[in-house]
Amino acid sequence: MKTLLIRSIRHISLLVLLVSLLLSAALPGCTPAATPAVTDSKPAAPQPIPVVAGIPRFKIATTTSLYDTGLWNYLEPMFEKKANVRLDIVYAGTGVALEYGRRGDVDALVVHDPEAEAKFIAEGYGINKRSFAFNHFLIAGPASDPAGIKGLTPDQAFKKIYEGGVADPSKVKFISRGDNSGTHSKEKLIWQSAGYKYEDVRKSGSWYVETGKGMGPCLLMANEQQAYVLADISTFLAFKAKVTIVPLVDQGALFLNVYDVMAINPEKIKTAKMLPTANAFINWLMSDEVQDVIATYGVAEYGRPLFSPLKGGGCTEPGCPKLEDYTTPVK
Amino acid sequence: MQELWQALVQAVQLIARLDSEVVEISLRSLYVSAASIVIAALFCVPIGGLIHFHEFKGKKVLINVIQTFYSIPTVVVGLFVFLFISRAGPLGGLELLFTPGAIIIGQVILILPILTGMTISALNGVDKSIKDTALSMGATGTQAIWTIISEARFAVVGALILGFGRAISEVGAALMLGGNIRGYTRVLTTAISLETQRGDLVLSLALGIILIGIAMVVSVIMNVLLQRY
Repeated sequence: MKTLLIRSIRHISLLVLLVSLLLSAALPGCTPAATPAVTDSKPAAPQPIPVVAGIPRFKIATTTSLYDTGLWNYLEPMFEKKANVRLDIVYAGTGVALEYGRRGDVDALVVHDPEAEAKFIAEGYGINKRSFAFNHFLIAGPASDPAGIKGLTPDQAFKKIYEGGVADPSKVKFISRGDNSGTHSKEKLIWQSAGYKYEDVRKSGSWYVETGKGMGPCLLMANEQQAYVLADISTFLAFKAKVTIVPLVDQGALFLNVYDVMAINPEKIKTAKMLPTANAFINWLMSDEVQDVIATYGVAEYGRPLFSPLKGGGCTEPGCPKLEDYTTPVK
Repeated sequence: MQELWQALVQAVQLIARLDSEVVEISLRSLYVSAASIVIAALFCVPIGGLIHFHEFKGKKVLINVIQTFYSIPTVVVGLFVFLFISRAGPLGGLELLFTPGAIIIGQVILILPILTGMTISALNGVDKSIKDTALSMGATGTQAIWTIISEARFAVVGALILGFGRAISEVGAALMLGGNIRGYTRVLTTAISLETQRGDLVLSLALGIILIGIAMVVSVIMNVLLQRY
């Protein structure tokens, strides 16, 4: 019964596919290539190059924080011109991005969860990992700071939030991404180093709010509920004008956030055919060209760069990548 | 609430100056959903007719099942199709995931039940006496069926508009199957989802207004065509 169902669904999908392919061939006027050339009033990002038959599509999955801040909009046309590919960027939390990688749906990944990445590489899916940027996390919350965390270390602050939340959920709330993203992994790590079991924290009361949403929506939600939230500094800066919550804890070794890039291993995923492009992409992210963009991206709008480049050895705290991890080109 | 007014203003501005990105996204939305409704109609209207004009065991159950799937969540359709067309899935070799074709497949599957079910309802809505009259006036079986279909065309077009509305307004399948890739698979709903995530609520709302505008134009055109033919 099940196989019959699946088979008939496969037949229908194929039929549907054939007809849709015919239609897309028959209606060329509606494909993106035929978009009217109208002057664009948004100066921020150059438009991607038009679709031309024969240009290969190179698919990457990138973490939401890099995407939401607009950095990829800026970098995308640069790489397309350089490598003569169409760069298709799918954004997702690190957990989902790694899953796309495991299924072979993308050719390269940009993620920020060291532990999950190490597992991914150990399983044989990822190769040629390099680091190319970093910034920090922070804990934001209401200026009145009902849990009294200002100036504490990250794990002390989490302890205070837990105690305050359990004591009175109407005063102290914490918004969690709850989506297996890099930020969510970092949150679990901080709970762990504060001496809690994550599962216990999750179930300890209504003060702990799991959203399953991206960083931006979580910040807006924390703002609405006057709750505490763990955020990467770039997304926080991008949302600063829209929220009244303020950074309360922004110092601590636990807060380091390193962005890595890696290729999908064609030996593990037989359908991965873009390794040379993926390698070029990885090397390009480490190049002066991109590192200089990262060093200045966001200065005009936010008064400071949203991400820090690794070039020049600016990352010196414990946990920073080794020199060869961000300088040695991949082959 | 002031955002609502700003959104209205921004929507008008985006349309007035033909913002190239918004035009491109809107055309893609229109194309993808129109393709979905055309493909779905090719399947559903004949299937609906077949079901209506034939008596068979389990017909009521079948119609119930079809009607149950009216409420299938778009994310579930997205997930379902994703598992098929992901590289690791049975149709992975077609390299469909994260393409406009993937969104079309998702939307077709999403509106199949509605279109089939509504076609059956439309045909049911035609008074039984019409068929009898046609037959008594010497019409053959096929002619009688055509009479019923032409009587039902208003309701069938209503079903098409409903299906189109469900397709162009859904975000779950488009996001999961298309990936919201700029310049390739971004449609109005996924753009709205992204702009909301980025915190640009006014732009999100403006895009929503444009989507409603497109739906309005499509429904007016369909109804005008119907009146004429």
